[in-house]
Amino acid sequence: MNDLIQAVSIFSAAIAVGFGAIGPGLGEGRAVAAAMEAIARQPEAAGTISRTLFVGLAMIETMAIYCLVVALLVLFANPFIR
Amino acid sequence: MKSPLALEPLFHVGPLAVTSPVVASWGVIAFLGGLSALATRRLDLLPSKTQATLELLVSTIDAQICETMQRDPAPFRALIGSIFLFTLVSNWSSLAPGVEPPTAHIETDAAMALIVFVSTIAWGVRIRGLRGYLATFAEPTWVMIPLNIVEQFTRTFSLIVRLFGNVMSGVFIIGIIMALAGLLVPIPLMALDLLTGAIQAYIFAVLATVFIASAVGGRPEPPGDASPEGATK
Repeated sequence: MNDLIQAVSIFSAAIAVGFGAIGPGLGEGRAVAAAMEAIARQPEAAGTISRTLFVGLAMIETMAIYCLVVALLVLFANPFIR
Repeated sequence: MKSPLALEPLFHVGPLAVTSPVVASWGVIAFLGGLSALATRRLDLLPSKTQATLELLVSTIDAQICETMQRDPAPFRALIGSIFLFTLVSNWSSLAPGVEPPTAHIETDAAMALIVFVSTIAWGVRIRGLRGYLATFAEPTWVMIPLNIVEQFTRTFSLIVRLFGNVMSGVFIIGIIMALAGLLVPIPLMALDLLTGAIQAYIFAVLATVFIASAVGGRPEPPGDASPEGATK
C-alpha cells in the first residue's frame, strides 16, 4: 500500500508542477507583452511601468510557486506515508 | 534525497537547538552590521567614495519608498531598507562556499513576514488611530469585512511562500544538477540564482512597502513635509 501511495505521490507531484506552470506562464507572457507595448507608447513612464510589472509578475509567479510547494509537500511531507 | 522542509540541529545551547539557517542569518546580520559600522565611522560633509556609495544606496531606497507610498520616507526607511538589505545579502550568501542561504528555509521567511505583518498593523494604528485603522476593514462596504480580514493572513502567507519557493528552488535545482552533471555545470544556474535573489529581495521590500502604505493610507503629501501624524487627529 505504501509503495502505491509513493508512486502516486511522485506522479502527482510532477503533474502538479507541470500543469501548474501553464497558467502563470501564459499570464506572465501577457503581462510582459502589455508592459512592452505600454513602454513603447510612453517611454517616459518606463520606471513606473516596470516597477508595477515586477510586483505583478511576482504575484502571478506565486501561483506557480504554490504548485511547487504542494509538490514538495506531497514528496517530502506526505501525511499518508508512514 | 534530503527534504528541503526538514532541518537538523547543528549544535545545542542548553535546551535550545541551533540550526544552520540561524547561524547563517546571524552571520549575515554581523556582516551587514560590521560593514555599516566600519563604513559610517568617519562621516564627512564632503563625502568620500564609500560614503557617496552609501548615500546613493540610501537615497535610492528613499526614492522607491516615496514613489510607492506618496509620503515622507523617513519613518519607514529603517524597516524597509533593512528588510531589503537583509534579504538581498541572505539570497546572495550562497556565493560564499559552504553557506546555504537562510531564506531557503521557511522559518527565516516566516519570521520576516511576521515582522511585516505586525508592523503593518502597528503603523496603521499609529497613523490612523485604532478606530480609523479598524474602519479600513469596512472599505469599500461592510460586506468586505471577512474578505479583508482573510486577506491580511493570506498575503502574509504568500509573502512567506514566494520568497521560500524562489530561493529554495534555486538551491534545490543546483543540488540536483550537481548530483547529475558534476562540477562547473551549474554555474549558469547560479548566475540566474543571483538575478532571482535580487528580484525577490526587491519584491519582498516593495510588497512590504505596499502593505504598510495600504494600512497608513496614501494621502498625497510632498516629501520632506511636516510629520505625517499631524494631519490625522
